[in-house]
Amino acid sequence: MAVTVKTFASASEAAGALSSDRSARYLGGGTLVMRALNEGDVAISTVVRAQDQALTRIEAAGPRVTLGAGVTFARVLAERDLGFLHAPARSIGGPAVRNMGTVGGNLFATNPYGDFTVALLALDATIAVQGGFGSRDIPIEEFLQARERQAGTLVLSVSCTRPVSTEAFRYRKIARIKPKGGSVITLAAHLPISGGRIAGARIALGSMAPTQIRARAAERALEGRSLDAATIAAAASAATEGTSPSDNALGSAWYRREIVGVHLRRLLSGQE
Amino acid sequence: MSKIPLQFRHNGRDVAIFVDGGTNLLAALRELIGDMTPKFGCGQGGCGTCSVLIDGELHLSCLTLAETVAGRSIETLDGMKQGPNLHPLQRAFADNFAAQCGYCTPGMLMAAKALLDRNPSPSRDEVIEAISGNICRCTGYEPIINAILAAAGGRVSA
Repeated sequence: MAVTVKTFASASEAAGALSSDRSARYLGGGTLVMRALNEGDVAISTVVRAQDQALTRIEAAGPRVTLGAGVTFARVLAERDLGFLHAPARSIGGPAVRNMGTVGGNLFATNPYGDFTVALLALDATIAVQGGFGSRDIPIEEFLQARERQAGTLVLSVSCTRPVSTEAFRYRKIARIKPKGGSVITLAAHLPISGGRIAGARIALGSMAPTQIRARAAERALEGRSLDAATIAAAASAATEGTSPSDNALGSAWYRREIVGVHLRRLLSGQE
Repeated sequence: MSKIPLQFRHNGRDVAIFVDGGTNLLAALRELIGDMTPKFGCGQGGCGTCSVLIDGELHLSCLTLAETVAGRSIETLDGMKQGPNLHPLQRAFADNFAAQCGYCTPGMLMAAKALLDRNPSPSRDEVIEAISGNICRCTGYEPIINAILAAAGGRVSA
């Protein structure tokens, strides 16, 4: 079925078109929307695009990093100042998907995809969105909790604070096929250390619930402690709390629950 | 619904077609231009057999909205050989038995070309990474990796 394609010069015009039409979807890199069209998704009758330079801007020089929603993973990988995001960007797709897929689109990618969003959740990213009535910033957790209702808003950019050191941010994706494959589970940890103790731990998990979630019990086990074997063991044993994984072709819910603590322990103890 | 006029470069030649809204680049190339070298595999971005180069960058044509390539340059396997002569990558694939059923081959060759165009002497790991988005169900990948390394090293029969 043919769809109507509406192309706008500015993001605000595109946001207006998106918010006024329930059957409209925003086309970023195409890896989600074109896939849906190829599968004959009749819920989409309008495709909205914006050719706004602001959507592809990267601001990575300072302590606060902002990525336009249309920034591709290949561009993240080409940016030396974004080294802390290279592991999650590299874990997505093959080269063609990384040339197409965008940071903004990844926020809408359902299991077993959406790995970059796991990293952004651990980094407490802020999502700038524009609806019919202007733009606003939403904490990523709030955005993900209401993801089903976000299709009518246009994501403009994501921003997060750069981790203070390479040890402070860790990422691990478990896939059956290397170097490419859907996620069995994905883990990201932000562990700022203050005076030898963890202050503000954030652990994010992918494929452990309908959307990317935080492992709050594991975070509590880490908070205020030094990253020693006992602390890591406590966090690992709490990793499944609050999770609700599903079965899919890559792994069963049981398997995901079995391995998440193992991989969290390895991530926290710096093992390969 | 009205058709949308679209012009782009296809293997160095200017083409002009009319597409329906929502048509993907793969369908435009195969059905409207008549270039049957990019294949339809999964339609989901999982297999890579529809891979083409857009302005020299590897893309999946089945996930590319046709009208987004207006004014851009598209390269497909059909433009790879020079006259009657196979491209060194094509020759290397033949020499190394890198094609069995052949369905993945157009995408593999475009992914390999994208790699060698910017990195003429890749390592084995870089070759593996470059074709990681392309699925082959016949060869077990080793002959394909060897073929790409052979083409990069100039070890190709005349």
